[in-house]
Amino acid sequence: MTEEKHVLTMLVDNKPGVLSRVVGLFSGRGFNIDSLCVAETMDPLISRITIVTKSSLAEMEQIEKQLNKLINVIKLRTVSGPRSVQREMAIIYVMAKNGQRSEVLRIVDIFRGKVIDVGPEHFIIEVTGNDEKLNAIINLLRPMGIKKLAKTGTLALFR
Amino acid sequence: MKTNKEDKMLTGAQILMEILKSEGVDTIFGYPGGAVIDIYDELERTDIRHILVRHEQGAVHAADGYSRASGRVGVCLVTSGPGATNTVTGIASAYMDSIPVVILTGQVPTHLIGNDAFQEVDIVGITRSCTKHNYLVTKVEDLAEALKEAFYLARSGRPGPVLVDLPKDVIKATTAFKLPAEVNLKSYKPTYNPNLWQLQKIISLIGEAERPVIFAGGGVILSKGSNELTEFARKAVIPVTTSLMGLGSFPASDPLWLGMIGMHGTYRANMSVGDCDLLIAIGVRFDDRVTGKTDSFAKNAKIIHIDIDPTSIRKNIPVSVPVVGDCRISLEHLNRMFDEANLGDLFQKRENWLNRIKIWKDKNPLCYEQKDIIKPQYVIDTLFKLTKGDAIITTEVGQNQMWTAQYYHFDKPGHFITSGGLGCMGFGLPAAIGAQIACPDQLVVDIAGDGSIQMNIQEMATAVQYRLPIKIVILNNGYLGMVRQWQELFYCKRYSCTTMECSPDFVKLAEAYGALGLRATKPEEVISVLTEGLNSDKTVIMEFLVEKEENVYPMVPAEAPITEMLLV
Repeated sequence: MTEEKHVLTMLVDNKPGVLSRVVGLFSGRGFNIDSLCVAETMDPLISRITIVTKSSLAEMEQIEKQLNKLINVIKLRTVSGPRSVQREMAIIYVMAKNGQRSEVLRIVDIFRGKVIDVGPEHFIIEVTGNDEKLNAIINLLRPMGIKKLAKTGTLALFR
Repeated sequence: MKTNKEDKMLTGAQILMEILKSEGVDTIFGYPGGAVIDIYDELERTDIRHILVRHEQGAVHAADGYSRASGRVGVCLVTSGPGATNTVTGIASAYMDSIPVVILTGQVPTHLIGNDAFQEVDIVGITRSCTKHNYLVTKVEDLAEALKEAFYLARSGRPGPVLVDLPKDVIKATTAFKLPAEVNLKSYKPTYNPNLWQLQKIISLIGEAERPVIFAGGGVILSKGSNELTEFARKAVIPVTTSLMGLGSFPASDPLWLGMIGMHGTYRANMSVGDCDLLIAIGVRFDDRVTGKTDSFAKNAKIIHIDIDPTSIRKNIPVSVPVVGDCRISLEHLNRMFDEANLGDLFQKRENWLNRIKIWKDKNPLCYEQKDIIKPQYVIDTLFKLTKGDAIITTEVGQNQMWTAQYYHFDKPGHFITSGGLGCMGFGLPAAIGAQIACPDQLVVDIAGDGSIQMNIQEMATAVQYRLPIKIVILNNGYLGMVRQWQELFYCKRYSCTTMECSPDFVKLAEAYGALGLRATKPEEVISVLTEGLNSDKTVIMEFLVEKEENVYPMVPAEAPITEMLLV
């Protein structure tokens, strides 16, 4: 069966243990999570969880049903298509020695990133976009030497 | 929660009692301990009956058996730490079989939670994947609502066990109590009413079908839809098979009865499903013990699947017509629609199909030959005849369970109580205790093996203490029979660790507990031992020394198509 990437967004009760139920469902049934974001919504009683996972369509149907079955999951949607917006942020610790510093800054500028920390031999860069954009900048910066990388995982909303 | 002047000030323990009363709970199964002393102290002042089991696993199985025999929510109460962990197997069994049970566990005081305190365990974490839902109540103000929700969740939708963890300080604290209004959870709305358009498709498919079969399961029993199922099958002239959990949902004495499906299903049931052109599955979840190799399961058939739980549909088997809804309500609609549709003379249309099934039945019926040594099948067959099929039967797990499913023929729901999904040895005796308490005037029999009876044998003391006249039939073959059967058939007879040596003298054991012990060693003693045992008003163990290497047939080897059975 061919695996595809799926982005799931769900509103859940903001209570202890809820994340564990959601995550436990994936691990307990042998599904993998590629990325996961959780935070409070405008209503402090409700959190939004965004999960990116790879699975076949049949597995995806089962994942969605199982998530919907959880008592604390209020609403669940899979996010795809032009009506959705998706963003991810990366913080990249990239080596930038003399001779490479202006090249790094130019790349950051093209991707509308920000330098948030500077050292004699490095920059830390903040950049936001969809995962294609993030992969592109990471690939461009890789030759300079990426020492550390932190990504938020995908956030998604419908327009 | 807002406080009104007229609200009573109650402790957590008192609130618990109020909720139990409001839920109509009159019996709980439990075991006291440090964390729940306050609850027990309060319990003493109510009319609620407490059954003191001898092991917390027994408490959950008993609550499970109580629920299945009565159709109500079973309740058990245990202490923190080991009390709580001992319930896990029982909870997992109730979860797999969708049995409504509320498990109340004690917990260390909230300020000690996470401190590795004495008898502390994260039972909510441990049971997250084997409960329908669970709660850790951290404030007494939240207690009433959590308990009310627990009962509501346990019995509604697809039922299941719900655990509520009760820290000691929450139980001792006081708050203003008002009985919560009806539970309304925005994220939990089970679909009871089926899509009628989908049901209409079923009626047309029945009209077109040449070789239809109904495959019913535990969902029919849980939704109390047995009468509707029976009416539907008879009206539409469709033969019926059931899963293990579905036994009793359709009368076994009906000519349309095919017997159980699956690994130890009847020849005609498995062949019928293999050959049918329409399979109407109601309240089932297509367990691997039912389907065998999924690619070849009912491969000529359009499959209809009615279930209240959407996750059961298309989980293992592709389905042509999925219907999410309550089994009983769906069947009521189907009966009405069927009457309106006027599909003509179905008896005539089905004649060939029913004849073919008859040929399968005659070719390979369930059978055994009673010679010099007692056959386990003969014991169950005789028990069936002596009790006229009217007893509530619980079983342990293994060969004893399968022979019971094959040779005790159930005409009514709620009479066969077994750990189907989890397959939990040690289930039958405590479940029989629960069933006998739910139905004091009925005959309750636990059919056991010499292995599985020893997994919760301590509950003999519970049965005797409460003067429960349950009858325990031990089919003693000196082996862990089902595993031995697999070893014989698939592992070149290497009987690795399945010989049960050194079992106790069950007759003396019964006597030591204050029960009656009887033993049959020869076939001619079977009837007299059963008669004497069944007529006694005591708890009775009846031990039958049976053929040691008797196998359960038919048998579908694991992962094989169900039409490829090993026969006697």
